Amino acid sequence: MTKPLIAVSNLYKRYGSKTVLKGVDLTVDEGHVMALLGANGAGKTTLMRIVAGLVKPHRGDVVLGGVALSKAGAELRRYIGLVSHLPLLYDNLSGWENLAFFAQLYDMQQPEARIEAVLRAVDLWQRRRDGVRTYSRGMVQRLAIARAILHDPPVLLLDEPDTGLDQSSSQLLHDLIRQLGAANRAILLTTHNLDRALEWADSVCLLHDGKIVYQAPAVNLDGPALRRLYAEADQL
Amino acid sequence: MDQHCAVYMPKLINCKMTNISLPTDPIAATPTPSPLAMGTVQMRTGGGAAAYLRKVWAIASKDLRAELRAKEIFSTMATFSVLAVIIFGLAFDLRVQRSAMVVPGVLWVVILYTGILGLNRSFGAEVDRGSLSALLLAPVDRSAIYFGKVLANLVFLLAAELITLPAILVIFNTNLFQTWVLVGLLLGTLGYVSVGTLFAALAASARARESLLPILLLPVMLPVFMAGLKLTAITVDGRGMEELQRWVGILAAYDLIFLTIAFLVFDMLWEET
Repeated sequence: MTKPLIAVSNLYKRYGSKTVLKGVDLTVDEGHVMALLGANGAGKTTLMRIVAGLVKPHRGDVVLGGVALSKAGAELRRYIGLVSHLPLLYDNLSGWENLAFFAQLYDMQQPEARIEAVLRAVDLWQRRRDGVRTYSRGMVQRLAIARAILHDPPVLLLDEPDTGLDQSSSQLLHDLIRQLGAANRAILLTTHNLDRALEWADSVCLLHDGKIVYQAPAVNLDGPALRRLYAEADQL
Repeated sequence: MDQHCAVYMPKLINCKMTNISLPTDPIAATPTPSPLAMGTVQMRTGGGAAAYLRKVWAIASKDLRAELRAKEIFSTMATFSVLAVIIFGLAFDLRVQRSAMVVPGVLWVVILYTGILGLNRSFGAEVDRGSLSALLLAPVDRSAIYFGKVLANLVFLLAAELITLPAILVIFNTNLFQTWVLVGLLLGTLGYVSVGTLFAALAASARARESLLPILLLPVMLPVFMAGLKLTAITVDGRGMEELQRWVGILAAYDLIFLTIAFLVFDMLWEET
């Protein structure tokens, strides 16, 4: 039986007078990939940052693997991997050095084999000694994904991971997400590409104006149906 | 003793709570696990002071290595400090009969403004490239991030001072390579970067951080500035040890107080609500 690794309940978040999240409830089980969709400003990134523990909600709870984020210490951060809009990397260091640095922060034992494995997984092994500043946008994004999965987190948060990726990199990311999801992780991803959401995710969730307005398994939807729902949500 | 735990969330949480070793995750126990299968990574938990210091050093050495490649911070600081000494030399040359009278002031003003340049980049660069989020996501006590940054900033500013002193020797014909001046520089610089790093973190996310940091920092730096100035002046003038020791004591106390305060409050800076 699968169990929820990400459980968000009744989440509210305000920035000044603007309420960005208005009572969001969400559950992602282990081995499950959920695509969070919504127009710009719908609250997707705020929700991701709250689940990552980078932002505190005004109300509501985030429970990861049965442990409330609000009550957990720094150790719970081991179980979260985040790919953000920004690559969260150091461009003056090489790909290898970036991952070696984060391996130190995560207290990884003998990290060389793991660094090699993730660099090969994102097809950057040949460029491991090159400075990140010499990487293309797609390569930086792939290295950002390598950084997020380096410490083998059960919870993966991918905020528009397909941004800037070409066709082959996008396919590589798709394969990665399927492999990672199949290995009992819970993956929450956001994207503006509706077809990709259907292809990559097991379920889709539509966020509009800080509220979940639709949620369904991806198999029950096709591209036109999802686009229609997306447009309807936009007119709410 | 370090715990060696497979990374499987419910088990690792249990491991932390009960402080006993866990069996390896079944996925990791398969003969040839996929590199992306869960439980293939082993991490230490706990580790006490040694683990803490390893992380402090990891953060400091990352900054130092990045700077060795980019040469953004130190070259700017060193160039600015030499130019400032030259400008002070030109400004005072016509009016001051004995350069030793103004040298302590020149030294400490140059240090204050040179330091601002480095401190601004300390967290500013992390915010600009978004890597601060990655640091905050890591299972690291946030005070370790602070001390790592303090260490890197200390190295940058002390290195810039090693260039400022010969510049003062050439322009003002005053040798500041004297034990008590160097002691004052070490303690004063430590106090400066301990407060400066804290304020740099505070100002890092502000839009006008370049102008905000000096406005926040310079008033708090007055005790360090005054103590450093007095210590340097007493040494240059060749006055008594008793006075020297008093100012050294003030600098040491300032360092201790602000390092402790920063250790206690740094975690709260990142509680984004």
